[in-house]
Amino acid sequence: MADSDDLDLRSLNDQELAQQMHDDLYDGLKEEVEEGVHILLERGWAPYKVLTEALVEGMRIVGIDFRDGILFVPEVLLAANSMKAGMTILRPLLAETGAPSVGKLVIGTVKGDIHDIGKNLVSMMMEGAGFEVINIGINNAVEAYLEALEEHKPDILGMSALLTTTMPYMKVVIDTLKEMGIRDDYVVLVGGAPLNEAFAEAIGADAYCRDAAVAVETAKDFMRRKHNVRGGQGTSAA
Amino acid sequence: MPGPTPTAPRSDGAGRRTLVIACGALAREIVDMIRLNGWTHLAVTCLPAIWHNTPARIPEAVRAKIRAARGDYDSILVAYGDCGTGGQLGAVLAEEGVSRIEGPHCYAFYRGVAEFMREAEDDPTCFYLTDYLVRHFERLIVQGLGLDRHPELLADYFGNYTKLVYLAQTENQEMAARARQAAARLGLAYEYRLTGYGQLAGFLNESNEAGDASWHG
Repeated sequence: MADSDDLDLRSLNDQELAQQMHDDLYDGLKEEVEEGVHILLERGWAPYKVLTEALVEGMRIVGIDFRDGILFVPEVLLAANSMKAGMTILRPLLAETGAPSVGKLVIGTVKGDIHDIGKNLVSMMMEGAGFEVINIGINNAVEAYLEALEEHKPDILGMSALLTTTMPYMKVVIDTLKEMGIRDDYVVLVGGAPLNEAFAEAIGADAYCRDAAVAVETAKDFMRRKHNVRGGQGTSAA
Repeated sequence: MPGPTPTAPRSDGAGRRTLVIACGALAREIVDMIRLNGWTHLAVTCLPAIWHNTPARIPEAVRAKIRAARGDYDSILVAYGDCGTGGQLGAVLAEEGVSRIEGPHCYAFYRGVAEFMREAEDDPTCFYLTDYLVRHFERLIVQGLGLDRHPELLADYFGNYTKLVYLAQTENQEMAARARQAAARLGLAYEYRLTGYGQLAGFLNESNEAGDASWHG
């Protein structure tokens, strides 16, 4: 990708700069990404536009190349850390400017599991896609999930596990939701390296998400369906 | 503590031939056990240990090994844990009628599955090394995770861990010293446990029994 060692980002027009930021994200150049965010904001770009067109789009490309085996975990982590730095600048501005909210997500790694790289990546990409994300961290017992659901009343519950030994705990959480009669109040998405669609179906989740990009698209799809159902109910009621 | 040769070879295995399809991370240990116990009826074939980073490749590759070996051996054993396949390896083996060692991964069957599961539940913040992983720590962990090029990623990978536990198959002061250095490099506390070959030895020794329940060609 591009070598931006001697590149004056301010000399680029908006389109060139956004493309350069995609390259800098790809290369994990955190400081350059931060500088690019500042420049676009100075030029009057709305924070949401910077987020979606410079950061999210750049990370989308990273995701594709990770899926295709061109990039590997270290490179994705560097890119994610660069995007995180950009989002740190944008987050307060997004709150001020009332960026659109697509839906709300509570997400956490299950009990007995302390792995969070994938879960944090999903959190970031979901936030970038306009979801309000409540990340409850690692090693979550069912009580922690229930508490977060009660407090935040999300549309979606996301659960993550990296270990074969911990992924069955997702069923414990879902079964508890069923017992409490609140399972259908939430879309339940699950992900993690050892999972697959058959497992998600077997434990009663709504969908398995193999990576962050799929998680975002799946979540958006469920939110669209939810709105369509609500719209349909409104029509029939009228 | 269990020693490296907890079970003696049995004489009734003579004449039978068994193939062990193993993870490459167990190859040296299995060969050592065969040599130490005189299990001459056992042959070993391995798949790359690095596939633990892409476990989806393991089940069908094991199936291919099984099918290629049928007719050449009296029985086949698989020395793999679930190893991150999410039950897919177990499903393939059930279809092929071949048994594998019990446990989710080698840490568990070296330590003892029940003990390991209990300890992991009590403290999920342990990062485990075996003899194999100590020998290949630099290549698989440091270089494999990109920490040689990007040490700033250390917290991303290991920030939630508190302790490195070396589950040693053999007593070796140099290996223990290397494991301790690995812990220091990752910024983790260090603990040493001599497990020997744990349940792997018993699993392989079962193949000596004439009535072995695994697949018969």
